[in-house]
Amino acid sequence: MVLSMEDKSNVKAIWGKASGHLEEYGAEALERMFCAYPQTKIYFPHFDMSHNSAQIRAHGKKVFSALHEAVNHIDDLPGALCRLSELHAHSLRVDPVNFKFLAHCVLVVFAIHHPSALSPEIHASLDKFLCAVSAVLTSKYR
Amino acid sequence: MVQWSAEEKQLITSIWGRINVEEVGGDALARLLIVYPWTQRFFSNFGNLSSPTAIINNPKVRAHGKKVLTSFGDAVKNLDNVKGTFAKLSELHCDKLHVDPENFRLLGDILNIVLAANLGKEFTPSCQATWQKLVGVVAHALARKYH
Repeated sequence: MVLSMEDKSNVKAIWGKASGHLEEYGAEALERMFCAYPQTKIYFPHFDMSHNSAQIRAHGKKVFSALHEAVNHIDDLPGALCRLSELHAHSLRVDPVNFKFLAHCVLVVFAIHHPSALSPEIHASLDKFLCAVSAVLTSKYR
Repeated sequence: MVQWSAEEKQLITSIWGRINVEEVGGDALARLLIVYPWTQRFFSNFGNLSSPTAIINNPKVRAHGKKVLTSFGDAVKNLDNVKGTFAKLSELHCDKLHVDPENFRLLGDILNIVLAANLGKEFTPSCQATWQKLVGVVAHALARKYH
């Protein structure tokens, strides 16, 4: 799966809507994932899972800031995400299936806050981008 | 058997009552064909699917999306027997239509995104969780008779 020039430009366009909301959207995506896919909570046994907890907000900001970096370096995702790939492979070891669940919740967050911006074409590009990020983050698993 | 809490049933039926089945069904199917273009393999007789615009405006896509979502409504009306409700459709999808069951999961996820876009903040996390459960139950029922 390769990101075309159009995909990259679509991703930058929709991602622009998230600027200024990285913590809010990141927290919401995580909360939705924990709610719809409760098994994902096993990676965060130490978290306060109540709505809008400080830990969820901080982690949501971390995740969305990393995605922000990825968008800014969309021409070289493996390079931009190198440190995070190592971290996920050797330390976090989040099962690959879970990246799909989070990616889906990221799409839901954009759909809720920016329904008219998430046209089918933009939706397709953003989905591809999130798949590409997931692939890079799991690329060193074995 | 799938267990639904009273709250889950309420979330399902209240959302169902508020959506335009024709519009949401058409949008969901169009998005499936655009976001996962390999799904177009099942619709070679649908005419022009050459671009997102063509797909969105294709009358056969819209009509079929309406048909699919209308049928999904049968699950909403029979939450305590989704498996039985879709037994025949499951056989059809296996024996005649030859659809990979993964596609039911893909369409289910797309449906949730379309609902989110239509309902905004009203599509709360627990609402989403309930509808994720529902689309999973429907996908499972449709795959159940495969052999």
